[in-house]
Amino acid sequence: MTALKVLVVEDSPTMRQLIVFALKRIRNFQIVEANDGVDGLKKLSAEKFDLILTDINMPIMDGLKLVSMVRNDPNYKTVPIIIITTEGAAEDRDRALALGANAYITKPIQTIQILDTVKRLLNF
Amino acid sequence: MSQSDDKSNLNRAEDFLQMFKKGAEFTQDLLKENERLRFRIVKLEESLKECDQVGGTVLSQDSARLLKKIEELEQEKAEILGRVRRAEEENQDFANRYVEIEEENNMLANLYIASYQLHSTLDFKEVTQIILEIVINLIGAEEFGLLLLDEKTNRLEPIACEGLELGQLPSVGVGSGIIGGSVKSGENYFIESMEEYQRDFLNPMVCIPLKIKEHVIGVIVIYKLLTQKEKFTSVDYELFSLLAGHAATAVFSSRLYSESERKLSTIQGFIDLLTK
Repeated sequence: MTALKVLVVEDSPTMRQLIVFALKRIRNFQIVEANDGVDGLKKLSAEKFDLILTDINMPIMDGLKLVSMVRNDPNYKTVPIIIITTEGAAEDRDRALALGANAYITKPIQTIQILDTVKRLLNF
Repeated sequence: MSQSDDKSNLNRAEDFLQMFKKGAEFTQDLLKENERLRFRIVKLEESLKECDQVGGTVLSQDSARLLKKIEELEQEKAEILGRVRRAEEENQDFANRYVEIEEENNMLANLYIASYQLHSTLDFKEVTQIILEIVINLIGAEEFGLLLLDEKTNRLEPIACEGLELGQLPSVGVGSGIIGGSVKSGENYFIESMEEYQRDFLNPMVCIPLKIKEHVIGVIVIYKLLTQKEKFTSVDYELFSLLAGHAATAVFSSRLYSESERKLSTIQGFIDLLTK
């Protein structure tokens, strides 16, 4: 069985480590890391991913812009996108979901919540 | 009357007598039969009564046996239900323990990553950045600062912050106010009621002294949590303890390393100057 590919877009190395470490505990994912939206887009164009996890507040290109660009790409119309952010306001959540994100998780990081969402979106 | 008439009369009388005797015998037979039949009826009635009595006893014995069986089965059912209830309780207990262990597991994983990241570099700026990331992402603070102890002046000076301007943070003497008091005692400080807290730079909602054993080298002060973070959890207190120790050693070693690097390059420059 081929490993599912996951892209983690997050400018904080600590946060990236936390997400990667958590994901590896539930499944043998092939995980690729990106520092910001532009880096994320570059990696998305190089290979096909099954899931994207992204922060919102990042330098160069933020997560919302990334979500909107990803959804405009025919190859990524349906790929699940999870946003993990410090922005807890309802309008931020609504905006992200309206742009095409499938789930919106607020920090501080709750590993169980992230893993449950990943399992739900990937149907396992 | 002639002799023949007499003889004929005599014959008739004998016939009549014979007939009478037969009738008497028949009557006797009938009476005997009647008596026999009566006796038979009585016997049959008696045996019928006996049969009824015996049948009733059998029925009552069966009923008793069945009732006993029902009672036993009821008892067994109650025992099984009790066992099922106990099993369900155990199951619930296991489920709760599983959730607790899962949470603990996640917490340990987070602590491991945090501590790994803190000790992954000797660059002072990177270490302070990692501390800020941990406080934002794992604790959920929105406005906070990192103050380090200047041993020459015995004052705590702000060196990094998030959600604030560095200039807004105060310079605090050890032992002075809530921040200085927390540093002096080495004890974490948490405000009693978070709901009523108004930001005051000298009175933060949380003070976490950074300690290497009993030696305090600085303090993390928190003024505001993320909107979605309503209160601290047990994981947060674990993280505070981790930060107090690991962040302190990471800050201390990176500072020493930076200083030694700086001194080394100064000495190297001096040596180069002398040897040229």
